[in-house]
Amino acid sequence: MWFDILPSFWEGTKITIELTLFSAVIAFFLAFAAGFGRLSKFRAVRLLAATYVEVFRGTSLFVQLFWIYFALPLFGIMLPKMVAGVLALSLNAGAYGSEIVRSTLISVPKGQSEAAIALNMTPWQRTRLVILPQALVMMLPAFGNLIIELLKGTALVSLITLSDLTFVATVLNSSIMRPTEIFSVLLIIYFVISLPFTKGIQWIEHRLSAGRY
Amino acid sequence: MWNWEYAIKILPEILKALKITISATFVAFVVALVVGLMLTLARRSNFKPLSLFAGGFVGFVRSTPLLVQLYFIFYVLPEYGLSLTPFVAGVIGLGLHYSTYLAEVYRGGIESIPPGQWEAAKALNFSTLNTWKKIILPQSIPPVIPVMGNYLITMFKETPILSAITLVEIMQTAKMLGSHSFRYLEAFTIVGVLFLVLSYSSSLMVRRLEVRLNLR
Repeated sequence: MWFDILPSFWEGTKITIELTLFSAVIAFFLAFAAGFGRLSKFRAVRLLAATYVEVFRGTSLFVQLFWIYFALPLFGIMLPKMVAGVLALSLNAGAYGSEIVRSTLISVPKGQSEAAIALNMTPWQRTRLVILPQALVMMLPAFGNLIIELLKGTALVSLITLSDLTFVATVLNSSIMRPTEIFSVLLIIYFVISLPFTKGIQWIEHRLSAGRY
Repeated sequence: MWNWEYAIKILPEILKALKITISATFVAFVVALVVGLMLTLARRSNFKPLSLFAGGFVGFVRSTPLLVQLYFIFYVLPEYGLSLTPFVAGVIGLGLHYSTYLAEVYRGGIESIPPGQWEAAKALNFSTLNTWKKIILPQSIPPVIPVMGNYLITMFKETPILSAITLVEIMQTAKMLGSHSFRYLEAFTIVGVLFLVLSYSSSLMVRRLEVRLNLR
């Protein structure tokens, strides 16, 4: 029966969750840096941020991961699998996240920053006390979706032989050849890991839309 | 480091594989468009089991990795006598995965139709089929065409995953070239630049289309 294979997935599950969490934290910082960067008043900063975002959104995570793991060594940069995985995942998610940050920042009504200016706030106070608190709330559902995309993306690291959930499953399959059970269990594990995020997003969206209609 | 001579030598071979990548993208996109519409309609159905199934399917497919879904189609279905070629399995997997995203796009389009349109159709004694065919869909699809275009680009970028089930598209070609010569830099960089150029230029086209549609 299928439950005898469950314990074999444990180590892989840990790696997958670790990868997701590490990358999510780094991606979060990158998203803010690039999101604010694209709205900077300095042209050079805007250009740099836009280049980063377009390059990482213009190619897929798969290509980026393979480039970092297989092509970088020719420049003398040899990264361990885990580092290459986290780097590719967080750079990719950071680029998508920056679009979330940028679009919510510009969607805060203009009157808010005008009022802050009228109250003689410094630009830093304006961002920290007026704009960000309102933008952050709006970002939450989108960031939740991004984490689910990130979790799904971690499956790709199995292709550079990092022993995550998917890798464990493919190895197990080649030794015991029970694809139906193995891949069904694998899909269900991913679904279960994503469940807290999907439910969280629904809850937040529900809270945010309360009183709107 | 970077070797131009080698890069130019392998370029034609990579470009040849681009044909497979592009045909896989378009066939998968058609699958996604058709299944996506069916999912949206099923979700709105009054028949509870059908709408629950469609909702559950969308939720499940959207929160599990495409790679694992491809493995499932490619390795599990043959157990039940359904052996698929890598191309067919890949196109079905990619298409089904993105059908769940396109279902949301259709839904957005349909929900933006004012209720008066439904009421008018009812007042004019339109059948359910005709209401959808002549009133609702013709109005709800054009505004979401740019969003669909963006998903087409996303699917194009995701095709390298199909190399994991041995489809020889552009990424698989690059991998093979790399493993022959032990030089991955040129092959993978060419693939990356190709994707970047093609997807960025098409996204600019989509943006132009969006502006045109908004003007109307």
